[in-house]
Amino acid sequence: MQAFAQLLDTLVYTTSRNRKLALIANYLRETPDPDRGWALAALTGELDFPAVKSSTVRNLMKERVDPVLWTLARDFVGDTAETASLMWPEAQGAAPAPDAELTVGKVVDTLSALTRTTAPRELPRLLDRLDVNGRFALIKLATGGMRIGISARLAKTAFAQAFDVAVEEVEEYWHALAPPYAELFDWAAEGGNPPDVANLPRFRPFMLAHPLEDGQVDLADYAAEWKWDGIRVQLVRVTKDGVPATRLYSRSGDDISASFPELLDALPVDAVLDGELLVQGDTQGGAEGGAASFNALQQRLGRKTVSKKMLAEAPAFVRLYDALLIDGRDLRELPWSERRARLEGLTERLPPERFDLSQIVEARDFGHLAEMRETAREEAIEGLMLKRRDSPYIAGRKVGLWYKWKRDPLLIDCVLMYAQRGSGKRSSFYSDYTFGCWDGDPDAGAELLPVGKAYSGFTDAELKKLDRHVRQNTVNRFGPVRETDRSLVFEVAFDSVHSSKRHKSGLAMRFPRIHRIRWDKPAHEADRIEALRALIRD
Amino acid sequence: MSAPFSWIRPEPWGVHVVPADCWVDPGRAVDRALVTHGHADHARGGHGETIATPETLAIMALRYRTGIEEGSGEMPSKATPVAYGETIRLPGGVDATFVPAGHVLGSAQILLEHAGERVVITGDYKRRADPTCAPFEVVACDIFITEATFGLPIFIHPPIEQEMAKLLAALRGNRDCCVLVGAYALGKAQRVIAELRAAGHHDPIYLHGSMEKMCRLYEEHGVPLGELRLVSDHTKDEMRGSIVVAPPSALNDRWSRRLPNAITAMASGWMRVRQRARQRNVELPLVISDHADWNELTATIEEVDPAETWITHGREEALLRWCELGQRRARALALVGREDEDE
Repeated sequence: MQAFAQLLDTLVYTTSRNRKLALIANYLRETPDPDRGWALAALTGELDFPAVKSSTVRNLMKERVDPVLWTLARDFVGDTAETASLMWPEAQGAAPAPDAELTVGKVVDTLSALTRTTAPRELPRLLDRLDVNGRFALIKLATGGMRIGISARLAKTAFAQAFDVAVEEVEEYWHALAPPYAELFDWAAEGGNPPDVANLPRFRPFMLAHPLEDGQVDLADYAAEWKWDGIRVQLVRVTKDGVPATRLYSRSGDDISASFPELLDALPVDAVLDGELLVQGDTQGGAEGGAASFNALQQRLGRKTVSKKMLAEAPAFVRLYDALLIDGRDLRELPWSERRARLEGLTERLPPERFDLSQIVEARDFGHLAEMRETAREEAIEGLMLKRRDSPYIAGRKVGLWYKWKRDPLLIDCVLMYAQRGSGKRSSFYSDYTFGCWDGDPDAGAELLPVGKAYSGFTDAELKKLDRHVRQNTVNRFGPVRETDRSLVFEVAFDSVHSSKRHKSGLAMRFPRIHRIRWDKPAHEADRIEALRALIRD
Repeated sequence: MSAPFSWIRPEPWGVHVVPADCWVDPGRAVDRALVTHGHADHARGGHGETIATPETLAIMALRYRTGIEEGSGEMPSKATPVAYGETIRLPGGVDATFVPAGHVLGSAQILLEHAGERVVITGDYKRRADPTCAPFEVVACDIFITEATFGLPIFIHPPIEQEMAKLLAALRGNRDCCVLVGAYALGKAQRVIAELRAAGHHDPIYLHGSMEKMCRLYEEHGVPLGELRLVSDHTKDEMRGSIVVAPPSALNDRWSRRLPNAITAMASGWMRVRQRARQRNVELPLVISDHADWNELTATIEEVDPAETWITHGREEALLRWCELGQRRARALALVGREDEDE
């Protein structure tokens, strides 16, 4: 546990990517199994101990230290694991000597065996055997979500670097294997056979797009499709010993099959398909578009079980973008146009209420395409995708192959109302802003109605200035939240706005971010709520 | 007879000693100021009369040229030195005594006595040994006006020997690099250098130009700092394997490009919190503070055992809560202009 704690601690303070890679690679080489496998799982966010939540740790702390002091400290630090590791009451006398017997493997075994009832008893026993860094590592490991600036991709790259194998190969095996990845280490570190992942319904990493900034592309080389507003999914069917297994994966590789049972039986062939998950309706692109708003899909996400009523009222389907495998044949090396032809052929064999094809947008030239993009908002579509006709299907975001060309954001002037401290890199800075629009004429006593929250779109220098503004213009404090005087105007950019029962204003913005800080604009000139309501497309 | 302690009033810009018409660490220019120590958020320039220890006055003279030094005639002001342990009688029958606070060279707590009532204002203080200044002394009083910079239970400063060992280990492990230590120019920088000497490190230490004069001032006041060199006088190769000390603002500045592969360290109590270190791109956090940590703040209040505790600046809510839990009378003073140093 000590080496892992040391690794985490050093990683926190390391900014250079190469240095991070070297640190992780070195740890993976020098640490025995299964510790290194568990550590890799922790870094890639693959560990889950349902009995230990952040709230478990909070409750433990509140039993041991004054709850008010705990809350003040947690608010200052901005990270539960770190606050708890610092405030954990140590036995009288010197700090405990790190316990060498307590390996990552043993910790994982203990954590896996915990239940909600035993966790509050057992977790303290582990914490008592560790020093500050060890406690931090343990809590991070137990509650998941390291948030130390290491992406799953970086950890896998470090693995590849440690044992001199290709990261693409690691990715290929990754999603079929489970921590502590004994087969993966056996292959890469010990020269054993590659893991046997054939005939498993595993996730393949998605091909992603770069934003098309100000450039243009030649439509002879690129095909255009609408960018539908659902969630990107991968549907995988594999038949083993005559039994087909089908899985639906989200963009991050999470298995969301249970939420969409109607899709699992609908695929009659072994294939790996890439598409947009949508709910049937007529919001996006009208009746012809056939898709309801993102809001409708959202009602179905994250459910463990789905009622018959829901299946009837919000039936899901996949609008197909691409095919990675069909009938067991890997198509990823083929050019897009080839894959597209095969996908078209396949779609004819699929039930139309569950699958359709993302249509190619035909335009005379780029200018014509730009005009068509202008209509995307009225059609409630996110924008356009541009795909190089000869591009193979490559995991990740490779420059020049696929572009996303979103419609321009909507803009509205809002007034800052509340600010909250951020967490992670922004702990101690007031970086989360709630803003509102006027519910009438501000010069005739109108009030501000909160309409959204944003925590991005500004530079570090602007953040410092905003933080100062908040501190100097606070009129009220509610725990970690500060209410500010209503003096600062934000030009807020957002993708769309929908009606919502959850918010007092009756609407919810999608992807609001600070577009410009209008230090110059008087608050009474900010927009009224009617302006926002007029933009609702549901 | 007036109400108890009506002669001392906290105002947003400082503590007002009413009968003496005198302010303690005022945030704006006043006719008469008692100053606890030389840091900028306590010692502003431009007062009519400044009453402080001789060391603090020398530091202020260096920083503000208040006319105390011969030949620097700007902003004339009367400087009244009061040595540690001495008492000065102020108008209105108020006695002020300066007692060591252990924060930086010349730092003092100020004991005010009037009509049989005793008030101690700590300014900033610490309880750890520091080779660069006189140690804190506990003074009995009725009202204890304390700082609370590190007034959260997460702030426990480790022994300084441990942090010095970390710094020296980083230096030994990276002979091609230099270790750039960010340290506040008044107090922290000199303490780090003196502690390095105490830990047996006698190599030349390189300084950012802005620190030279303050280091000389410390040496003139009997704090030996060993061989100091200016970064600007030396080449990258000469500085390899050395320690460089610079103000925190220089850490991520273009200035540091003249150094050979700098490992960025920072000496501050805030380094106890990982994200604070990350925000500054610090690779080697050194938890070294010139303030009392949580245990010392609370132990000091218990030791002084005042009838009432006033908390001036920092994490006042948490210390207030601690007082409440121990059924101690306490209040927070909302002073403006006090900043967390190093931030």
